[in-house]
Amino acid sequence: MFRFVVRRLLQMVLAFFGTTLIVYALMFAGQGDPIQALAGERPVTEAQRAYLTEKYNLDRTGVGGFFYRYFDYVGNLLRGDLGESLTGRSIGEILTTAWPVTLKLALIAMAVTIVVGVTAGVVAGMRRASIFDNSTLLLTLLVLGIPTIVLAPLAQYLLGVKWQVFPPTAGAQPSLYALLLPGIVLGSLSLATALRLTRTSVAENLRADYVRTAKSKGLLRRRIVSVHVLRNSLIPVVTFLGVELGNLMSGAIITEGVFNIPGVGFNLFRGIRTEDGPLVVGIVSVLVVVYLVANLLVDVLYAVLDPRIRYE
Amino acid sequence: MATAHLLEVDDLHIEFRTRDGVAKVINGVSYHLDPGETLAVLGESGSGKSVTAQAIMGILDMPPAVVTAGEIRYQGRNLLARPEEERRQVRGREIAMIFQDALSALNPVFPVGWQIGETLRQREGLSRSAARNRAVELMDLVRIPAARERVGDYPHQFSGGMRQRVMIAMALAMNPKVLIADEPTTALDVTVQAQIMDLLADLRRDLDMAMILITHDLGVVAGVADRIAVMYAGRIVEHADVRSLYRAPAHPYTKGLLESIPRLDVRGQELATIRGLPPNLMRIPSGCPFHPRCPYAQQVCVDVVPHDLALDDGRTSACHFAQEVRDASARR
Amino acid sequence: MSDFETVAASENQAARRGPSGEPGAPNQVGVPGKARSLAGDAWRDLRRNPIFWISLALVVLVTAMAAVPGLFTGNDPRDCALARQHAGPSGAAIFGYDFQGCDTYARSVYGARASLLVGALSALLTGIIALVVGMVAGYFGRWIDAVLSRVIDIVLGIPLLLAAIVLLKRVNSDSSTVRILAVVFVLAILGWTTAARVVRSSVITAKGQDYVAAARMLGAGDGRIMWRHILPNSLAPAVVVLTIALGSFIAAEATLSFLGIGLKAPTISWGIDIDSGRVHMRESATPLVVPSTFLALTVLAFIMLGDAIRDAFDPKLR
Repeated sequence: MFRFVVRRLLQMVLAFFGTTLIVYALMFAGQGDPIQALAGERPVTEAQRAYLTEKYNLDRTGVGGFFYRYFDYVGNLLRGDLGESLTGRSIGEILTTAWPVTLKLALIAMAVTIVVGVTAGVVAGMRRASIFDNSTLLLTLLVLGIPTIVLAPLAQYLLGVKWQVFPPTAGAQPSLYALLLPGIVLGSLSLATALRLTRTSVAENLRADYVRTAKSKGLLRRRIVSVHVLRNSLIPVVTFLGVELGNLMSGAIITEGVFNIPGVGFNLFRGIRTEDGPLVVGIVSVLVVVYLVANLLVDVLYAVLDPRIRYE
Repeated sequence: MATAHLLEVDDLHIEFRTRDGVAKVINGVSYHLDPGETLAVLGESGSGKSVTAQAIMGILDMPPAVVTAGEIRYQGRNLLARPEEERRQVRGREIAMIFQDALSALNPVFPVGWQIGETLRQREGLSRSAARNRAVELMDLVRIPAARERVGDYPHQFSGGMRQRVMIAMALAMNPKVLIADEPTTALDVTVQAQIMDLLADLRRDLDMAMILITHDLGVVAGVADRIAVMYAGRIVEHADVRSLYRAPAHPYTKGLLESIPRLDVRGQELATIRGLPPNLMRIPSGCPFHPRCPYAQQVCVDVVPHDLALDDGRTSACHFAQEVRDASARR
Repeated sequence: MSDFETVAASENQAARRGPSGEPGAPNQVGVPGKARSLAGDAWRDLRRNPIFWISLALVVLVTAMAAVPGLFTGNDPRDCALARQHAGPSGAAIFGYDFQGCDTYARSVYGARASLLVGALSALLTGIIALVVGMVAGYFGRWIDAVLSRVIDIVLGIPLLLAAIVLLKRVNSDSSTVRILAVVFVLAILGWTTAARVVRSSVITAKGQDYVAAARMLGAGDGRIMWRHILPNSLAPAVVVLTIALGSFIAAEATLSFLGIGLKAPTISWGIDIDSGRVHMRESATPLVVPSTFLALTVLAFIMLGDAIRDAFDPKLR
């Protein structure tokens, strides 16, 4: 187990350098005027130009200069120094205020996914080909097929503006209730995937040979399902949920943007809209790290759940 | 029935009703088992030997399986007419079963000791530590080396033979009176096969159980079984004690099976095979289901279903020409 | 049905060695017939599946819309007049006008072209990358497979939206052809992995088949074996995956355009229209609802079509 974690940790360090290098290279390599690239079509003042040149060591050129700049960037990233956005605010501070909001939203989405998705998935898996099963299959297909850029504005319009069940936008200090609708919208995709995954997994495990063995031991059906089948079925589901939590924290760009929730995704959304290069680079870098760490945790979790992985 | 057997399958009929049609899997199977004896049920795949065993255990999935007729009597009571709760009490405690592929038959995410002890914890109310100790004893009993160290290991950490021993230990946990072994050695190497068969024979004797040994391998049967029931297309075609069946099979199918075993004492002889394919269970041939493949087949075999013909030495054969076949075999 | 298969399968394992111990059990002869009836069964299942017909009809409809938008509307989507801002439905424009005073319906009809173009080109490019990588990895195995599988893992681990944002920020051109191609390349570069995995595993299966061994013994080279024997086997599963991917690519294009980094005006894209409709939803909802419906139905149609075909060919999970 210990060796497994160490090995995965080393792989993560490699993946970290690989991914950040790619992100960095894509941002800066072969650019005519890197400063203009960061700022997009906005006019850049002399003060900003000087700041960006210093911040990203843009006066160093060539391949050696590129790697010097890259390691400088990674060093800053690891120290938590993300620099300033074009509007002059510290990106670190922006993220510090944004994270709690995003986390709250992600947790709401996750709760919806687990309570509705996994539960319905277990029921559907146990009653395959029933009316319940077929209708959830169709419903989840609908949810999976409707892009967030359709779902979020429509939910906002119908439930927020027209029927006024929920506040249409969240605002600066969102209450839990204001986050509920965006949370459901954000979670709907994970919910549908989790439901289908759970259903398939439960249905497959119910047919597994070990279920027949458990039955021939004279165990109660209740115990066979709740201990033997569930313990096996939930391995892929828990793994998926772990990856998904990482996704939810980084993937809320559309939802947070549409519902005006001042989280990480919202700031990225605004950074893209206002062509604020440093803000986008800073946030994307942090999100990539979050994503990598989430993946590592999921792998470790997987090993804890499945002894076949643990001892390989 | 004047003499009450320990376990008795009586004229059992089972169908699988599927989207593609009805498969008649079991068509009037009868056999019995007395305390302390070993009955081998022999047949190729699809002959219904495993399905009969699963019906005895009550672990057939219904639907698609439907029992259309017949009884399964254990100690005189018809299990098929009993409520599920009573049948559950029989499973494991009275009749236990081991399966072909121990790797998939064991739950991959629980330690073997946990799985062996689970029955005892759930059904005998043993404590965790007591169940664990009993699991170690059972693992010792089935000759797993270093049982105490390995009780916390997972199924995939064992070799194939050791896994099958774990399966056996699990089946023995509640001292069943009947052990059904469904192809227990098929997935194993030849050398390991012999060890497992020896173990089963020893355990059967030491624990005074009765055993049903399901197999397609005539070689496995010889040393262990008392009687043999040969199945074909959901019927028992021949039923005899081991010795006389080997000496002189009284059904062309059994004869074909025996002749297709390579013999060390006869050189330069071409190996016989049974021509044709096992029947499609959705369209079983008329009359004797074996007639399309049978070298003895006559018109009567196409028209009339042969009934069990009792031969003089207490054996039966479902063949119109049982006597002739046996005599022909004996002369060889 | 499933349980019968389970029983049959467990007995089949025993049968592989045959009742008499000889290899090649007699009932294996039945396999080719079974395979033929699998395609037949799949088609029979599909023919009876209303979802298949509905989604197929939608796909045909939206394709026609992309090819000849003039068939569906007489109005020019670029004929906009602020005087008509948010004017209600009328005989001239059945869904009224948007914030800019453009015909909402006409814009949605003309939006199909860019979406389908991006979706189809991305799927095509994805398919080519996936076939090449999957075939090479699956066929040659060993270290090539190890390296390519690692690459697939890494690319699969990149969050699509974030990477697309980073990549597309590099494209400064406003030319609509350049932007369309840029979106296509970005989606293909990030989206080929799933299809490649599917191809790889089907190649590995096909490689083990007897007819491939036979072809090799007859002296066929690697290239010929891959082209003649293995490619046809991997095509069907790849097409199913790519149909579903086409739907997701259309959704991804709309999302990127919605964010303002995908396609840009004057290109007409559902994503752009949804964004502007969203901003003005309090004044008028139709400019939001109409392109949203077009986009959702199109994406759904492709995903459901792929799903229905896959279910028909892989009835295990039904």
